[in-house]
Amino acid sequence: MIEINKISKSFSSLKIIDEVSATFEKGKTNLIIGQSGSGKTVLMKCLLGLHDVDNGEILYDGKKFIKDDISKVSNLRKQMGMVFQGSALFDSMSVIDNIIFPLRMFSDKSDSEMLERAREVIERVDLKDVDNKFPSEISGGMKKRVAIARAIVLNPKYLFCDEPNSGLDPKTAIIIDKLIQEITVEYNITTIINTHDMNSVMEIGDKIIFLVEGKKIWEGNNKEILNTEDKLVNDFVYSSELFKKVKLSQKN
Amino acid sequence: MRIFFHIGRYFLMIKYTFSKFTKWSVLKKLIFQEIEDLILGSIGIVAFMSFLIGGVVAIQTALAIENPLLPGNLIGFATRQSVILEFAPTLISIIMAGKVGSFITSSIGTMRVTEQIDALEVMGINSFNYLIFPKIISLLLYPFLITLAMFLGILGGYIASVYAGFSTSFDFIQGIQLDFKVFHIIYTYIKTILFAFVLATIPSYHGFYMKGGALEVGKASNISFVWTSSVIIIINFIVTQLLLA
Repeated sequence: MIEINKISKSFSSLKIIDEVSATFEKGKTNLIIGQSGSGKTVLMKCLLGLHDVDNGEILYDGKKFIKDDISKVSNLRKQMGMVFQGSALFDSMSVIDNIIFPLRMFSDKSDSEMLERAREVIERVDLKDVDNKFPSEISGGMKKRVAIARAIVLNPKYLFCDEPNSGLDPKTAIIIDKLIQEITVEYNITTIINTHDMNSVMEIGDKIIFLVEGKKIWEGNNKEILNTEDKLVNDFVYSSELFKKVKLSQKN
Repeated sequence: MRIFFHIGRYFLMIKYTFSKFTKWSVLKKLIFQEIEDLILGSIGIVAFMSFLIGGVVAIQTALAIENPLLPGNLIGFATRQSVILEFAPTLISIIMAGKVGSFITSSIGTMRVTEQIDALEVMGINSFNYLIFPKIISLLLYPFLITLAMFLGILGGYIASVYAGFSTSFDFIQGIQLDFKVFHIIYTYIKTILFAFVLATIPSYHGFYMKGGALEVGKASNISFVWTSSVIIIINFIVTQLLLA
């Protein structure tokens, strides 16, 4: 479980995150949603310690995250997996080397054991015949799968996904969302996903926090979000014609 | 005043580079990869440039000497001095700032833009040590390139002056041996090691702290070349003043 208490972050005089508090639960897919520029990515980077927070505290399973405590942060990061928006695979490495990389850095496994573990996660994310290909040679959907495989290869306790289905077609996006949700339940990990995709929200939104201009203005799940009275949330949810029609048909 | 911010951040980067070391088995592979990319991959251009520069130095010296009273070995002597003291270490380093420096800035910059550096950091890896330390270590072999440049520069001078009829083989070789000071070689290697450090770290700094997209990677490579070559010239001046003046 990850808790954040009143965290704030500014760049120069511009406040990006404004006293946000939330609890991200274990074994659930926790979504941070909001329009572009609402502070989702900055909030996630604060959680990861890539940005220092100006105020407030971040607790990982009740323990305070202090960025300056290098050894503690280093140990904590070994328990984190991250799927970046652009996948962030290492260009110079093949798919299999990308997945083995965290094992090579942090485990004492032999080469054959590392390969065995990599093959397990490759199978888990349903990748086929790409082991020796380089990231530039595979599709966007496959890159996401490789990124997920790399993120879970060390059995993390926390999984962070920054817009994991951006740039993917709707069908592949749903497959990736479902895969993340299944892994979350299977590995019993705390998963936090940044997204502005309403399909993701409806598919995997076990818990949702909604940000507007760096402030948390709503919290709930994927059932509650459809019936909320909050105008800003409604504007966001029903901005697409499809959801407007769904709402209209529900009323009728 | 912005310059002090960059200088401070540069030295902090150096400090972080030498802390929290990456696993040796991984680091070893990275060092060999960097040796291949930065040193072995530069042999061709260094050989080509130094051979021709040596030839040009010899020809220009020969053309400048019209007085028949001047000794014939002067061409060999001037070529040796110019190549060893200046052309091999300094000019080749400026060329390397373009070749190796741009490669380092653009490769690290691309990693920054595509969040690969963030990925390293999220994994708990000291990205400074992982990316920059192997470059510094591999460039410890840079004196090997400069030795090659010195040899080929003098060889180029010999071929140009002897085969173009500016000097005899005997005179040129005598000129090379004339008044030889071992300290000049030591001075060259001191400069070379300092230049190697600059070549590894300043382009890394520009790649590491760049912001933006693909266009900015190009701009960062450009700025990196300007700064790397400027610092090489400044260090060259200071070391020459300290050791030879």
